[in-house]
Amino acid sequence: MDRRQFFATSATVGAAVLNIKKAKADNAGQSKEFVGVLVDTTRCIGCRSCEVACSTVNSNFVPDVKNDKALEKVRDTSEMQYTVVNRFNTEKGEVFVKRQCMHCWQAACVAMCLVNAMFKTKEGPVTWNGDKCLGCRFCMVACPFDIPKAEYRSWNPRIMKCTMCYERLQEGKRPACVEACPTDTLMFGQKRELMEIARHRVYSHPDKYVHHIYGEHEAGGTGWLYLSAVPFEQLGFRVDLGTTPYPEYTKNFLVSVPLVLFGVPALLLGLSELTDRKKEVGESQEWTNE
Amino acid sequence: MNNAAVVTGEFNRVVKFFWQELKPRGKWLTPFNVISIPIILIGLVILYFRFVYGIGSVTNLNQYYPLGIWIGFDVVTGVALAGGAYVITFVVYVMRMDKYHSIVRVTVLNGLLAYIFYAGALTLDLGRPWHIINPIIGNSFGYNSVLFLVSWHFLLYMLTMALEFSPVVAEWAQLEKARKFLAGLTLGAVIFGITLSILHQSGLGALFLMAKPKIHPLWYSEFIPVMFFVSSIYAGLSMIIFEGTISHKVFKDLLGGHDHRRYEEIVLGLGKGAAITMFVYYFFQALIFIHEKRWQLITDAWGYWYLVEIIGFVLVPCFMYAYAVRNRNLGIIKVASVMALLGIVLNRLNVTVIAYRWYDLNKYYPSWQEVVVTLMVVFTEIWIFRWIVTRMPVFEKK
Repeated sequence: MDRRQFFATSATVGAAVLNIKKAKADNAGQSKEFVGVLVDTTRCIGCRSCEVACSTVNSNFVPDVKNDKALEKVRDTSEMQYTVVNRFNTEKGEVFVKRQCMHCWQAACVAMCLVNAMFKTKEGPVTWNGDKCLGCRFCMVACPFDIPKAEYRSWNPRIMKCTMCYERLQEGKRPACVEACPTDTLMFGQKRELMEIARHRVYSHPDKYVHHIYGEHEAGGTGWLYLSAVPFEQLGFRVDLGTTPYPEYTKNFLVSVPLVLFGVPALLLGLSELTDRKKEVGESQEWTNE
Repeated sequence: MNNAAVVTGEFNRVVKFFWQELKPRGKWLTPFNVISIPIILIGLVILYFRFVYGIGSVTNLNQYYPLGIWIGFDVVTGVALAGGAYVITFVVYVMRMDKYHSIVRVTVLNGLLAYIFYAGALTLDLGRPWHIINPIIGNSFGYNSVLFLVSWHFLLYMLTMALEFSPVVAEWAQLEKARKFLAGLTLGAVIFGITLSILHQSGLGALFLMAKPKIHPLWYSEFIPVMFFVSSIYAGLSMIIFEGTISHKVFKDLLGGHDHRRYEEIVLGLGKGAAITMFVYYFFQALIFIHEKRWQLITDAWGYWYLVEIIGFVLVPCFMYAYAVRNRNLGIIKVASVMALLGIVLNRLNVTVIAYRWYDLNKYYPSWQEVVVTLMVVFTEIWIFRWIVTRMPVFEKK
């Protein structure tokens, strides 16, 4: 192998090593678009059929919708229910809002997870794999929407969150909650299509909707999108999350890791050579310049 | 055949030697034993409940506070306080300042035990600890995860410190050839260890970068990793001073023929180092404060709490160190070291627990079981430390 060939080969190998992830990501992007769900809160009647359908499909706690009076207080998803519907009294009267995992495009929980137990599938749903999970619960720290919930009362706790019915999607079905919704509040599709529909509704009824689609840019964009008649802070949404994808916050740190990993040993080895007395030339030799 | 006999004889000797060394020495009813034994026993009972009925049965953790003091104190604070090992090995093996050579062994031992116990406490907090091998055996690596990096660095750094300490063990077990071989690896281990330390000390801070909307803005900045690294330097130095003070009282007879003047010089040197790094840290904090225009944030209770940490437990001990070094006052240095350590505890707990979800009405506070288990971890570590220093040549007797 001559010198030129050597450089060419090492450059190719180096480029391949460094770009593997990028290439993978590009392929994933080309093969499929992420799916999501559009939630039009102006259509929701608070029947909670979605809660029942969700819990039935996922073998979770099925609420007694008729008698439990759960709408009287604002609830959160829990380790027993992947989705809940809340009632908010707003300037335009009662509004019902469904809450579940937002399935971020660049999810904080996925970036945090050290074993890919939290996983962004190429179709878009963020899923959890119990065979990999350590139960460290840092996904719960990272999630800006506080969605992952841990089973604290189990010797073998699971992390519980909506998976957008990933298994049903594989079978060509829609998520259970979407299927169960009687009022077309929920609409399943690719985000691009959903955004068009959402914008169309906002533009054609500018008096009915606020001019904002929650999830378009929040936390870098989410799979679930919300339309509303009132400002989102009145519906219990956090509006201070910013538009930066959460994994970006750790990017600078991760970029500096190889720098430290190779730079510091080089520096230290050099320093230790310089400070080694045994290697000093002529201890007795006196310096004449004062 | 003859070789085999020699090896067997040697093996028998080593086994017999270990067996003798395992026996306890000295008095049993010391105040420390009287307090620590019941706590360790109660801790074991609590751990039984934790592993059978789940973490929720003994802790106050909930869906909004997934991390409590087992992570915030044991792991995040414990690792910062164990920073002394990499600082001292840097000073002695890389900068070759022989003045500090006599405290290398005990500092590395402290660091090693701290990592084994405090990073080990992590497994108590993991929901599915038996999956801890997943990130190691490659059951899908999360390459982009800071946590992945930190966990690998913990593991590698523990091995590195074990290697740094191994010559002492070999000397104790009278394995001269092994000792020489292991001692030859020290510089490499030290350099690797310092690099790993820089990365995981800062990495612990980077774990909280994505919790931006949850941590009070006074404690959150994009520079958390840098702050964690810089503060781990003076945390480590202060811990060496603090531990040294205690060791000097407790293990007086082990230090035989001890030169007080040399000890004083070492403490003054460490204090000087701590004063300088603390000032750098304070300066960083001040820069961030001014750059992000945080003036309006310090007018409420959280602001005062922040000032208590930054002024009371960083700037004040920093000046105390500087004053004490100037006046060669060991008493003030010792007080300053305790204050600096408290400042580290405050800072790490603020980021992980106290100022985490500061807006939440139902704040997390640790249950008594969490406190007992934390104490258990600390006491068990001290037991092992005591066992080792009373048997192995840890304190130099020159």
